[in-house]
Amino acid sequence: MEKATFQGGTHPYDGKELSKSLPIKAVLPKGDLVYPMSQHIGAPAKPVVSVGDHVLVGQRIAEAGGFVSANICSSVSGTVKAIEPRLLVSGAVCPAIVVENDHEYKAVEGFGEQRDYTKLSKEEIRKYVQDAGVVGMGGAGFPNHVKITPQDDSKIDYVLVNGAECEPYLTSDYRVMLEDPERIIGGVKVLLRLFENAKGVIGIEDNKPDCIEKLTEMTKDEPRITVQPLRTKYPQGAERTLIYACTGRKINSSMLPADAGVVVDNIDTVVAIYKAVCESTPLIRRVVTVTGDAIKEPRNFEVKTGTCYAELIDEAGGFTCEPEKIVSGGPMMGMALYSLEVPVTKTSSALLCMSKDEVAAMAPTACIRCGRCVEACPSNLVPQKMVEFAERFDDEGFEKIGGMECYECGSCTYVCPAKRRLTQAFKQARKSVMDKRRNAKK
Amino acid sequence: MNKLLNVSTSPHVRSSASTSSIMCDVLIAMAPAALFGIYQFGFRAFLIIVICVATAMLTEYIYEKAMKKPITIMDYSAAVTGLILALNMPAYIDLWIPALGSVFAILIVKQLYGGLGQNFMNPALAGRCFLLISFAGKMTQFFPDGVTGATPLAALKAGESVNLLDMFIGTIPGTIGETSVIALLIGAAYMLAKKVINWKIPFTYIATVAVFALIFGGHGFDMTYVAAQICGGGLIFGAFFMATDYVTSPITPNGQIIYGVCLGLLTGIFRIFGPSAEGVSYAIIFCNLLVPLIEKVTMPTPFGREAKK
Repeated sequence: MEKATFQGGTHPYDGKELSKSLPIKAVLPKGDLVYPMSQHIGAPAKPVVSVGDHVLVGQRIAEAGGFVSANICSSVSGTVKAIEPRLLVSGAVCPAIVVENDHEYKAVEGFGEQRDYTKLSKEEIRKYVQDAGVVGMGGAGFPNHVKITPQDDSKIDYVLVNGAECEPYLTSDYRVMLEDPERIIGGVKVLLRLFENAKGVIGIEDNKPDCIEKLTEMTKDEPRITVQPLRTKYPQGAERTLIYACTGRKINSSMLPADAGVVVDNIDTVVAIYKAVCESTPLIRRVVTVTGDAIKEPRNFEVKTGTCYAELIDEAGGFTCEPEKIVSGGPMMGMALYSLEVPVTKTSSALLCMSKDEVAAMAPTACIRCGRCVEACPSNLVPQKMVEFAERFDDEGFEKIGGMECYECGSCTYVCPAKRRLTQAFKQARKSVMDKRRNAKK
Repeated sequence: MNKLLNVSTSPHVRSSASTSSIMCDVLIAMAPAALFGIYQFGFRAFLIIVICVATAMLTEYIYEKAMKKPITIMDYSAAVTGLILALNMPAYIDLWIPALGSVFAILIVKQLYGGLGQNFMNPALAGRCFLLISFAGKMTQFFPDGVTGATPLAALKAGESVNLLDMFIGTIPGTIGETSVIALLIGAAYMLAKKVINWKIPFTYIATVAVFALIFGGHGFDMTYVAAQICGGGLIFGAFFMATDYVTSPITPNGQIIYGVCLGLLTGIFRIFGPSAEGVSYAIIFCNLLVPLIEKVTMPTPFGREAKK
C-alpha cells in the first residue's frame, strides 16, 4: 500500500536501536505499589477501600469520580497500607492508594475468564471496558469507554489504531506489535463490533517494516482491517496528523475525532480493550521502554501499574553514568523528573535517561526569521509570530493568530537554529488562554 | 544518585543546526564566486573582500562593546554581510569606499534597528545602494583606470550582442562576485542541498524576469536575449544570495512566491524601462519594504480551520 504522510514535521534522532531488539521482559514489583487517583483525563477516581483492607489482583480499588473518569484496579494482592498524597510523574501531588505487596498474586474471582465478544451486546462490551478502567495509553489517558460511546455509532466509519510510535527512543508499541499481534487484531475486531459501518486501519511508520509485514500478513483475510504504512516523520503519531494521513480528514482543536467519524486508539489501548472484554482482565499492566545513553541494558519491560520507577532502573542494569536528565516519556513531549520515587501509571510509556542535557547547554539567541519553524509545524501555524505574542503575554493576539491550534508537539523548538524556547512559551500562553476560558464559563 | 536532575519542559532535544552553522554554510556557498573574482580581478579583489568582512565584524564588535550588549560577531552574520557587500563591489574602486559601505550596512541598517533579526532591509544591499547613490561614477567603473568598456547588460541595452559563454564562465566585466554564473550556481546548489534556502524565491524571481524579458524586452522570442538577461546584472547572485536573506524575506510559503514575482517585475521594469541597465539591487531593497505586508496577506490557515473561511 502507498505510504501516507502529512505536511510539516521533523526528523529527530531516532534512538530506537537502543531498545528495539530485546523482547519485552515481565518484571514483578519489589516494593509497595502506589495507585494515584488521577491517572487519566477527567475527574479523579474515588477510593472504595480503606486502610487495612486486603485486596486481590484485579479488584476495583477506586471507582470513577464522574462521567469522564475511570476505575482503578489493583495489580497485586496485599494490604492497603495508606491512602495519602504522593508525588506523580507530572510533579503534582495527588491522593494515592498505597498497597503492601504480599507477593502471592491471588486474583479476584472470574479474573482471566475467556469471553466470546461476538456473543456480547454493545452495552456489555462498553461495560467491560469501563469496568476494566481502560484509558488511552498513548499518553493522554482519556477514559476509553467515553471515547467508544459517541452520539451515533453509525456515523463512525474509521477505527484507527496508532502504531506510528513517532517519539524517538520509544519502542514499546513496536515490541507489542511483534509479540502480541493477535490481541491487537482481536481488539480492533471488538471495536469494529461496536461500529458496524467502520473500517479498521492500523497506521505504522515505515521505520518498522517488520511490523508492517507481520500485521499486513495477519490481516490479509480480514475484509474490514487494513494496514496503512506511514512515512516516518515526527509527529505522525499525533491524533490529527494520523487521522489526516490515514483518512484524509482534518480536525481542529475544537473537534473530537468522533466529529470526523473516526475513533483513534493506541496499540496498547487496543490490547487492553481486548483483554478487558475477551479475557476479563482489567488494565493493571503497562509496557515501559527504559532507554537512553545513561542506561546499561536498555529494553522494554511489562510492568505492573503502581511499580516504582526506581525499580526499573535496576532491572535495566543500572546507570552507566549519572544522568543529567530523566524524562518520563519521549524526548519531544515527555516530562522531566526530579525524583525516581514516582509510580508507573496507566499512561507511563518510557523512562529516558540522558547523560547530557543538551537543552541546558544552549542559550537562546536572536530569531533570524529563517522559517524552519513554519516548515516544521504540522498544524500549519507560524510559530515565529506566535512566540512574539506569547513572550509579551498578549493572549488575545496569540489566540487570533491560531495559537490554540498548537498541540505542543515541539517540532518548531527542535528545529530552531537560534535555540529559542518556542514550545515553552506556547505552553504558558495556551494555559493562560484556557484558564481564562474556564473562568469565563463560571 | 547524588547529582540533582535537570528539569525543564519538553522538547528535551534540539537539532544540530545553529545560527552560526547556517551562516558558515552561506560563507562556504559564496566561496566559489569569491575565488573566481580573485582569480579574475587579482589581488585588489582579495583586499576588498578582507576589508569588507573585517570592517563589518569590527563595526559590530565596537558597537556592541560600546552599547554594553553581548558580543555576537561569532555568529558570523556580520561576516556574511561583509562578504556579500564585497562581492558587489567593482574591483578597481578606492579601498576606503567598501569599508565605508560596510560600516553603513552594519551600524546604520542592522545595529541601530535592533541587531540580528531586526533589520528592515538587506544590510549589504542597503550599503551597496548607499554607495551607488553617493559614489555613482566610481561604483560603475568596472575597468581599471584609463580603460573603457561596457558590462554585458549595458551592451545589450545599446543593441549590441553578447557572448553567453563568457557570461556563464565569468570572463566579463562586473562586480567581484557577480560575473561567474557557474561559480554562483555551485554555491546555490550547496545551499539548496543543505536546506539553507528553498527554491521558491530564486526560481520565481528568475522565472518572472525571464517572462518579463520575453514579453517586454523587445527582442521577441530571442532566447539568447532572455538567457543574457538571466545571466547578467547580478541576477543569479541576487536571486540566490540576497533575495533569500532570512530576515528580509517572507516567512510564509505563499508569501515567498509573491515576493519572487514582485522582485522579478521590479527588476524587469528597472532594467528595460529605466535609464540604467541594472535593476537587482534597488528591486530587492524595495521589495524588502513590502515584506511585512506580504506576510500579513499570506498567513496560512491553521490545519483544520479551512472550512471557517
